Amino acid sequence: MTASIATNQTILVVGGGISGMTAALEAAECGKQVILVERNATLGGRTALLYRYFPKMCHPTCGMEINLRRIKANRNVRVMTMAEVQEVKGSRGDYTVRLKLSPRYVNSNCTACGECAKAVDAEIDNPYEYNLSKTRAAYLPHNMAYPMQYVLDPSIIGTADAEKAKAACKYDAIDLAMQEETVEIRAGAIVWATGWKPYDAARIQPYGYDRFANVITSVEFERLANPHGPTGGKLLRPSDGKEAKNIAFIQCAGSRDENHLRHCSRICCMASLKQTHYVREAYGDDAKSTIYYIDIRVIDRLEDFYQQVKKDPTVNFIKSKVAKIAEEKDGNLVLHGVDTEGYHRYATTHDLVVLAIGMEPETNGIKLPDDILLDSSGFIEGASGGMFGAGAATSPLDVNRAAQSATAAALRAIQVVHKTSTVEGAR
Amino acid sequence: MSDLNQKAVALYGGNFLKEVEERVEDGEWVSMCMQCGVCAGSCPLGPHWEHSPQKIFRMIMAGKREEVLTSDSVWMCTSCYTCIVRCPRKLPITHIMHGLAHYAHRLDVAPKGQPTRELAKIFWNSLIRTGRVNELKFSLGVYFKDGFSQGIKNLLGMQGVALGLMKAKRLNPMEILGGHKCKDIGGIQKMLAKAQEIEARRQI
Repeated sequence: MTASIATNQTILVVGGGISGMTAALEAAECGKQVILVERNATLGGRTALLYRYFPKMCHPTCGMEINLRRIKANRNVRVMTMAEVQEVKGSRGDYTVRLKLSPRYVNSNCTACGECAKAVDAEIDNPYEYNLSKTRAAYLPHNMAYPMQYVLDPSIIGTADAEKAKAACKYDAIDLAMQEETVEIRAGAIVWATGWKPYDAARIQPYGYDRFANVITSVEFERLANPHGPTGGKLLRPSDGKEAKNIAFIQCAGSRDENHLRHCSRICCMASLKQTHYVREAYGDDAKSTIYYIDIRVIDRLEDFYQQVKKDPTVNFIKSKVAKIAEEKDGNLVLHGVDTEGYHRYATTHDLVVLAIGMEPETNGIKLPDDILLDSSGFIEGASGGMFGAGAATSPLDVNRAAQSATAAALRAIQVVHKTSTVEGAR
Repeated sequence: MSDLNQKAVALYGGNFLKEVEERVEDGEWVSMCMQCGVCAGSCPLGPHWEHSPQKIFRMIMAGKREEVLTSDSVWMCTSCYTCIVRCPRKLPITHIMHGLAHYAHRLDVAPKGQPTRELAKIFWNSLIRTGRVNELKFSLGVYFKDGFSQGIKNLLGMQGVALGLMKAKRLNPMEILGGHKCKDIGGIQKMLAKAQEIEARRQI
């Protein structure tokens, strides 16, 4: 179906997060044909799951909305969700890419009215809330979803729930006969904007993420702070739903560690500093944030943000990497370690511990084409031919720098397809 | 101050970090420490050390030669290896602690009477005599290291354990008469002499 529109002058962008959207739009707005493939049911990636951006503390929905409008307005971008790259063949200027299309079981008639979700009983862990809450098995990924269509979880296909969802739909949008498909498309250049994932916190054994309910990751904390999140924006801790007022942030959770991720994830310091704002906004002077750090690594102009947070009397800085966490009966957590400024031994109790979790390439564990060169952490260092890395797939980047990186990748991809089109005289 | 110690001071001047890097086993790792504090916080004997490993590394970099080498902290390491497992920079902390202890011992500046050091000495002396550690003599040596009356107290305190061991045939009282030996004591001693000769060549 798609083979007819893709030629060797098409740019394929893999990954529909902020980097992929940016790369696709920049290329499309230059007049190039772009196919943007996303593995999940919606564009937006991890950026859409953040509550606010640093340093301006604005909401991702704003930038997302602008990008989505650009996509809707541009005829050169074709978005394919639930599509995963399986194999890439060919060389610069002439690639053939095999995509696996997973069934959504919902077609474009969907108006996002939500009747199917009401009809379904089965619940699944909500991946768009980092599994902090459940969602009905017929669901809209989130409020900024694009395409704005519901999706049926494959687990209910063939059950009565699926039939109930179909019966509830007034627009004939549910198609239970959808099957997995494989398609091949052509492309002249490929931008890999495959992004990042939070490091598996359970592997940091002394912190007990897998054992203690009130040890959570920074990405989960973003969801807690979000009014659309599982707690309606209240900072309620998972064990007993109590308001968490005395919160510890542990930096370098997984990063800068030869046993875990050897690189500095670069954004986590700013993320924790930003999150102290959430705590302060929730409780005012009653708030208590403590940042445990090796050293605070905020880059260039972001230093201002750090200096502002340092002035906040509700925020404490302890120069020490926490050695271990123990849980008390009431769910409180005791952090043990030794403070580098004076070498004082401490055992400090907190309501909630937020691990400023490191960024790992989303593609770790997935075989990428041989032309792509990876660094020792698995980030895309470079590629030969017509393939380029973009955004957090290339190194740990914040949204701002990911967009810059994506724009650069788009320009390189444009150069490739521009050349093929002039050589072949096919413009 | 021992001869070796004076020579080392003369050779390295104030540069203790360089001295450690060149003279102490695994000492070249010291400057890799980023002062995160995980070793100090993870050490099961942590509260009992005067200086944690993290602090020792900083002291080495700061040139606090005498404080480090005469400190009993490096002798407190029980080789549990938790610090090595957790160190984000993979410093062989346990080995460095032993390296420092050994170096301080060789220069004869290590704390006198430090129990771990004394125990190691008694163990070593027992071992080189016959090629086997005589457990009975070794235990007695440890009990009586602080004098006769303390030795008797230690013996009385441990008599239940000793009787239990004898009953279980894990302790032979006849070992006091010489004890078992290895077959070629001369060979063992030659080997040790050779090792000492090689070691001496590395010394200042």
